[in-house]
Amino acid sequence: MKTNVKILYLVLLGLAIVAPLVGAYPVFLMKALCFALFACAFNLLIGFTGLLSFGHAAFLGTGGYIAGYAIKSMDLPFELSILAGTLAAAAVGYLVGSLAIRRQGIYFSMITLALSQLIFFIYLQAPFTGGEDGIQGIPRGKLLGLIDLENDLVFYYVVLSIFLFGFWLVYRTIHSPFGQILKSIRENEPRAISLGYDVDKYKLLVFVISAGLAGMAGSTKTLALHLASLTDVTWQASGEVVLMTLLGGLGTILGPVVGAIVVVTLQNYLASYGSWVTVIMGVIFVLCVLAFRRGIVGELRAAFNRP
Amino acid sequence: MQAILSQVMIGLVNGSFYAILSLGLAVIFGMLNIINFSHGAVYMMGAFAAWMGLNYFGINYWAALLLAPLVVGLFGIIVEKTMLRWLYKLDHLYGLLLTFGLALIIEGLFRNFYGASGLPYSGPEVFSGAFDLGFMILPKYRAWVIVASLTVCFATWYVIERTRLGAYLRAGTENPQLTQAFGINVPRMVTLTYGFGVALAGFAGVLAAPIYQVSPLMGSNIIIVVFAVVVIGGMGSILGSILTGLGLGVIEGLTKVVWPEASAIVVFLIMAIVLVLRPAGLFGREK
Amino acid sequence: MKKIGLAALIAGLVSGGAFAQAKLSDDVVKIGILTDMSGLYSDVGGEGAVIAAKMAIEDAGGKVLGKPIELISSDHQNKADIAANKAREWYDTQKVDMIAELLNSAVGLAVQEVGKQKKRITMNSGAAASRLTGADCSPYGVHWTYDTYALSNGTGKAMVKQGGDTWFFLTADYAFGKNLEKDTTTVVKANGGKVLGSVLHPLSSADFSGYLLQAQASKAKVIGLANAGGDTINSVKQANEFGITKGGQQLAGLLVFDTDIDSIGLQIAQGMYLTTGFYWDMNDDSRKWAKRFGERHKGKMPTMVQAGVYSQVSHYLKAIASAGTDDPDTVMKKMRETPINDFFAKNGKLREDGRMVHDMYLAQVKKPSESKGRWDNLKIVQTIPGDQAFRSLKDSECALVKK
Repeated sequence: MKTNVKILYLVLLGLAIVAPLVGAYPVFLMKALCFALFACAFNLLIGFTGLLSFGHAAFLGTGGYIAGYAIKSMDLPFELSILAGTLAAAAVGYLVGSLAIRRQGIYFSMITLALSQLIFFIYLQAPFTGGEDGIQGIPRGKLLGLIDLENDLVFYYVVLSIFLFGFWLVYRTIHSPFGQILKSIRENEPRAISLGYDVDKYKLLVFVISAGLAGMAGSTKTLALHLASLTDVTWQASGEVVLMTLLGGLGTILGPVVGAIVVVTLQNYLASYGSWVTVIMGVIFVLCVLAFRRGIVGELRAAFNRP
Repeated sequence: MQAILSQVMIGLVNGSFYAILSLGLAVIFGMLNIINFSHGAVYMMGAFAAWMGLNYFGINYWAALLLAPLVVGLFGIIVEKTMLRWLYKLDHLYGLLLTFGLALIIEGLFRNFYGASGLPYSGPEVFSGAFDLGFMILPKYRAWVIVASLTVCFATWYVIERTRLGAYLRAGTENPQLTQAFGINVPRMVTLTYGFGVALAGFAGVLAAPIYQVSPLMGSNIIIVVFAVVVIGGMGSILGSILTGLGLGVIEGLTKVVWPEASAIVVFLIMAIVLVLRPAGLFGREK
Repeated sequence: MKKIGLAALIAGLVSGGAFAQAKLSDDVVKIGILTDMSGLYSDVGGEGAVIAAKMAIEDAGGKVLGKPIELISSDHQNKADIAANKAREWYDTQKVDMIAELLNSAVGLAVQEVGKQKKRITMNSGAAASRLTGADCSPYGVHWTYDTYALSNGTGKAMVKQGGDTWFFLTADYAFGKNLEKDTTTVVKANGGKVLGSVLHPLSSADFSGYLLQAQASKAKVIGLANAGGDTINSVKQANEFGITKGGQQLAGLLVFDTDIDSIGLQIAQGMYLTTGFYWDMNDDSRKWAKRFGERHKGKMPTMVQAGVYSQVSHYLKAIASAGTDDPDTVMKKMRETPINDFFAKNGKLREDGRMVHDMYLAQVKKPSESKGRWDNLKIVQTIPGDQAFRSLKDSECALVKK
């Protein structure tokens, strides 16, 4: 990649490493990173393949519940719990994807919405999720059986590593022949088909990857916050990730990260204002759609590329 | 048997709301190709307009039934003219996102000023009391809801499918340029159609006010179910939405007898099945 | 003379020493109010809870042990994860010493858990789950105002004794609703009654007609509403539409707040029985306090949750003052040793499982003709003494209870 971009990434990485040491609250940073990963995973679908999934919260929540259950009630070690969450989400993603992929455009989105509502209901009823109470008091376990992860600072670096791994995965996916095909599907699907690509298979594959990564984000978040709850499977949560990605910049690589950090920060600082948070989110949505479609990173990129 | 019959009646009442709301959505989608996520919010506005009318201006139920939809419809027209208009050339998704954002704003604002508990609103005196149908007691007001909704729904269907105005509307949806070339003001038709669709939701809101609480949350509680109804019925099909709305209301009611916990999601289950088998919906035509 | 002098010196040293030991962490007592400010229960707790806490702080003089008292508040939107995160952040970075209110059972359980981990005090006024002082009890957790056990004991027993011996439940399909139904079923059966059936409804349902029809068809004498907030309001309103009470069946609201009655209106709610931990009009002290509260809260009368917040914050501050420190273990011990005597409770006692035991009240909603004004909604029918209202220690599942 270009040198400028390399430097940018290094600077950001540096900031991420140093942040908790200079006073930022580690738990808040962890939450932001998990949502950033979630948004990156979501962006794979909408930004690079042109598929708007309106039920992505289902995967975030699946990852969270399975990981939480695994580590709390099945006593699985930390690494396996995260893995379990990721795989479970990928599996659910396979099921949802195979049904949704059959249709295009708005129908695709509506199917994802309906199926995620079904999943919400299943989690609401299933005894292991604790329903409205959620799974509480989830421990973090030990890294490699040795390092105790209850210390927030230590766990922050673990979360950061997981995020970087996920981000790298997204980056590699986009900058690969596979990623190119995805982009061609986004641009002109009939043409991709006429070129002989089994478009459905590609769509399903990226859907599963996106779902799995979302699950990884959910698993990590659950362990960071010690809690898995229904909030993560609501359609409002699905809407939030759309907002994060839209605000940050659809189809950009850093956009979702930026968008996620902004939204999580806003929600945190406006928490005492109750319903105004909803209103402000709505306003941002509207403004983005009307006047700011490229999102923060998109606009910045356009500004920098102007000769 | 008694239980089933009574649940069917209740289902018809709920179905009537689904029918009017999905009718409004279908009209808007048919004409503008926009999935109006804010439909639930404007339904709530209709209920609030009735409540505000009564409590601030002393306007009674019957006047509200007429005025609230007008007020809400006007709001819809303003939204269309100032915001939606710019999105027609873009991907459908942006319309969905904009209306989603609008829904958040509207609901958030009402929640801020009116709390979330809900406000009481009484129906007109003439409808208090109930009919003893033998197999159940049916409150008079709910019977009125069925009658009013069916009337409005079929009147709308008639206008769109059987009158000249409706013909212009349908032509404008199929081929805007050609219709415009014939001298028909398509943009104005579009605006008015959106306003009408929204007004229908407002009307449903007034009907709902005496039954459910007038609460800022009433829109988001019902909106996703209504989406499912529209998708099952076939987006853009007027008759489809009406019949599907009623039918799903009845099915929901029956589910409450056999498996109450599932009543919240039976609609989604059906939607998923229909989408896989017949993506354009039961009554729709794939474009 | 010398002896007196020596005694005075020793006394001075000792008291000086005691004063020197008066330590407050971070030189301030910071209290956090975590409540629902904008959602389903915002009228039950919300702004009013914050006002109640402010009043408690002001009445304590705004200071304790010479240091200021600070108040911070936040909206948890009825979400356990938001609440738990906020609580953690407050304890970690905002020097909060005690978090109060915490309505909604899921929130209450989650935040009490955080408090347990961090060894900081949580005082719950608004949540219902009796598990807070049962299986999930915490040495730093306090449950003040009411719980599902007391509610079912109060209303359930009273109605069966009055002849309502067959029941049908309309239950909110989540832990709180099911808990309430289970507790009430136990009480009904223990008093010779029978449960004819029940139906679960999704949380935040708009339409109860289907469920009410089933309740009507069961011909049970009492229809127990094991739900709360908007669900209860809707159930009651719609029951009225279907002529349920006119048909001879009675409604038992198992968790009903003043604000719910205000929403439903006396015309429809009249005659309904409910159990409460406090009613603003129950005695002179409560009336006086309620009037002060109303002046600061747009004329609205306090719910039991809001009154409970005042009472618990006051008790906490008094405990700090007499203990000379805000160290959680010491303060908890002091709070348990001191009886609670204020407008909220007389001879209330904080037990080792965290349960604050005080009298509960069986109330009935007045007829419109009996009411003199907007908030004049209930008449107290019976006072249930604390030791009978709440689960006794010998039945407790709490690990802290020595048996």
